[in-house]
Amino acid sequence: MPSHLTRRSLLGLTGAAAAAMATGACGTAGPASGGSGIQLWVLQSDTENPVLRKRIDAFNRSSSVHVEMTTYVNDPYKQKLQVAMGSPNAPDIFFNWGGGNLAQFVDADQVRPLDSALADHPDVAQAFLPSVLAGAKLAGHQYGLPMSGMQPELLFYNKKVFAAAGAKPPTTYPELLKLVDLFRRKGITPIALAGQQGWTELIYLMYFTDRIGGPQVVADLVAKKPGAWRHPAIKAAAQHCLDLVRRGAFGSNYPSVNADNKGASMLLATGKCAMHVMGSWEYQNQVSSSPDFVHGDQLGWVAFPAVPGGKGDPADVVGVPTNYFSVADGGAHAKQAADFLVRTLASDAYVTGMIGIGEIPPVRGIKPKLAASDAADFATFCYDLVSAAPHFQLAWDQALSPSVGVAVNTNIQKLFVKQLDAAGFVAAMDRAAR
Amino acid sequence: MTVRVGAPPARPAVAAGTAARQRPPGVGWLVPAGVLFAVFGLLPIAIVAYLSLTSWNGLGSPHWAGLANWRGLAHDPEIPPGIRTTLLLTVLSWAVQTPLALLLGVWSAGPQRNRAVLSALFFLPLLLSLAAIALSWQALLDPNFGLPASLARLTHTPAANLLGDADRALYVVVAVLAWQWVPFHTLIYQGAARQIPQTLYEAAELDGAGRVRQFVSVTLPQLRHTVVASSVLMVVGSLTYFETILLLTGGGPGDATEVLPLHMYRTGFVGFDMGAASAIALLLVVVGAGLSVAIVRATGFARMDSEREGM
Repeated sequence: MPSHLTRRSLLGLTGAAAAAMATGACGTAGPASGGSGIQLWVLQSDTENPVLRKRIDAFNRSSSVHVEMTTYVNDPYKQKLQVAMGSPNAPDIFFNWGGGNLAQFVDADQVRPLDSALADHPDVAQAFLPSVLAGAKLAGHQYGLPMSGMQPELLFYNKKVFAAAGAKPPTTYPELLKLVDLFRRKGITPIALAGQQGWTELIYLMYFTDRIGGPQVVADLVAKKPGAWRHPAIKAAAQHCLDLVRRGAFGSNYPSVNADNKGASMLLATGKCAMHVMGSWEYQNQVSSSPDFVHGDQLGWVAFPAVPGGKGDPADVVGVPTNYFSVADGGAHAKQAADFLVRTLASDAYVTGMIGIGEIPPVRGIKPKLAASDAADFATFCYDLVSAAPHFQLAWDQALSPSVGVAVNTNIQKLFVKQLDAAGFVAAMDRAAR
Repeated sequence: MTVRVGAPPARPAVAAGTAARQRPPGVGWLVPAGVLFAVFGLLPIAIVAYLSLTSWNGLGSPHWAGLANWRGLAHDPEIPPGIRTTLLLTVLSWAVQTPLALLLGVWSAGPQRNRAVLSALFFLPLLLSLAAIALSWQALLDPNFGLPASLARLTHTPAANLLGDADRALYVVVAVLAWQWVPFHTLIYQGAARQIPQTLYEAAELDGAGRVRQFVSVTLPQLRHTVVASSVLMVVGSLTYFETILLLTGGGPGDATEVLPLHMYRTGFVGFDMGAASAIALLLVVVGAGLSVAIVRATGFARMDSEREGM
C-alpha cells in the first residue's frame, strides 16, 4: 500500500512537470496544421458558437483551406492554450482576452500582427470602436480583432424591491451608502455578491480606483511601474470596499455565494437582495434563469455610481471591452487565417448574428439594429454607455500579468472578509507585483 | 495491504530444495517496477526540481533563475498560513477519521446480516466522484438556497453560514473530507478485523474479558499495523487534498482553507509561474516523504513484526 500511495501522491504533485515536459520538448516549432485546415480555438458558448459556425461554413464554401472550430470551457482553455502555443499542436486562430493575456504570447513572438491584412481592407479597422480595438494593440501593432460583444460592468437592481422601499437607483457613492442603510433597516441584503470568487469583488475595487484616481493609475499597474500599487487612489478604493463590507452592504453570507451557479443572480431575482454589480452578461443570465423577472420589467440597471471629488471621469467604464481572435505566428495557414478574421468579424452577417443573440458588438453605427433587437432597452443602454465612455478599462485580472492577477484575486478576497485592511491590501499587492 | 498477517510457515519442501532456490531473486525482477517508478516517480520529481530553479510561464523555454524561486518561497506571504492550514487539516482529518473508521470497520466486520447491509450503504461515498461530492455538499450547505436556509425558515433563526465563515470553513472541509474518506478506511479496518483469529476472543472470554476489554486488549493491538497503514494514507493523502477544497471553498473565505497544494495549483496553472509552483511541489514531496518515513519509523512498522508472534 505505501508504494501505491507514494506513486499516487507523486503523480498528483508532478502533473505540472508532465505538462511542462510536453511543451518543453517541442517549444520551438510553430503550428503545424499543414493539410488539416485552419485550427480555430474558441470558448464554448451555446449562443455564440452557432453564429460563428455559420460564418465558418460560408468561408469554407469559397476557400480551398477550411476553418475547423474547436471549443473549450473557460479555465481549462487558458491552461490548454498556454501549453499548446509554440508547440506543433498550436491553433492557427485563438480566442483571447487582449491585455496582459495576449501580451505574454506577443512577448514570446507567437502572435502574427494583423497590420498587413488590415491594410488590404481599410474599412475593417474603421468599423470597430477605437477604445475597444485598442485592447489588442501592442507596441503599435494590431494583434487581434474583436470577436464578441462588449461587456461593461453595471449596477443591476430589482425594481420591485426599490419601489417597495420608495427608493431610486444610486448615481453617487453617498447615495449608495444611504440605500445600504435603508435596505438593511428593511431586512433586505442591500447588494448581492458572489464572494466565493475574487473577480466579483474586484469589480468594486476597479470602479472605485478609476472613479477616484482615473485611468492612469491602472495604466501604471499594467506597465509594472515600481510602487504603482502604492498610489493613494488604490488604498482609498480598497477603503471604500471595506467600508461597504463593514456597513453590511453585502450581508454576511456572501463569502459562500458562488458566481458559477448563479447564486447572486438568484438573490437579486428573488428580491432577497436589492442590487447586484455585475458584467452585462448578467442580463442574459437573468433571461435564461428567471425569464419572468426580466420580462415583467423588474430588472433595472444603471452605470456604477460616481464618487464625488474623484479625479476619474464618472463616464468611464470597467469590464471586458470584448474578446479577441488572434493569429498564431508560423503556421502554414497564417495568411489565410488572418484573411478569414478580416473578412468575417466586421461583416454585416456576423454583426447581425451577434446582435440576434443579445450581444453588443463593438462596431460603429449599429444602434438602429440594437433598437430593433429583443433586448432593445438594455442593448442600447450599454451601447450608449460604452460609446460615450472616455475610457474602457479591461478587468484587472485580465489586464495584469497572470501571476499578479492571481495575487489580486487572493488579496481582494482577504480584504472582503476583513483579513486585510486597506493598507495591508496595498502592501500585499506591492510585494506580489515585484 | 502491507499488513503481514503472521509469518508464512516454513515449508519443508522449500527448505529441502536446491541452493539456487534459496538465493534472493536476481536484479532482473526489479526492472519492470524500477522502470515504472523511474519514469512516473523519479523523472517527474527531477524535472520539478529543475523547474524550481528556473523562471517559466509555460511558454517558450525555461530560463535559469538559480535559487530565486526558493528565496521567493521564503517571502511568499501565502506560505506560512498555507503550512498552518495544511497541518491543521492533516491533524484534524486524522483525528476525526481514524476513530470513526476504526469503530465502523470493527463493527462492520461482524458476521451479522444487518451489518453487511448497513456497511454496503456506508461504502457508497466511495463510488462517487470527488467533484460530485464537493459540488453536492456546496449546494447542500448554501446559506441562501440550501439546507441552512430551509432550517432557518422552520426555526425562525438566521441561516447558518458554514462555508462562508472564515472560522468555520476549515472544519466544514474536514467534515466533508471525512464523509468522503471514512468509508475507504473503514474498508481497510473491516478487512483487517476479519483477519483476527477467533481463538483470541475465545481465550479472552474464558479469562472473563467483556466486550470493551476485548476491544482494547485484543482488537486494538491486532490492528496496530492497520492503524499505521491507514494513518500514513491519511496524513500523506491530506497533503494532496485539493480538488475537494478547490470546488467547495476555492481556498476561501480569504485564505482560510488555502492549503499548500491549492496554492501550488494557483501559482502554476492560474498564475503560470511554473518555477515557483515547482518549488512548492518539491516542498510538498519532501514533507510528505518525511512524514511517512517518520510515522513508519516511530511506530516500528518497518520492522514488519508479526502481531501473532508465538501463536
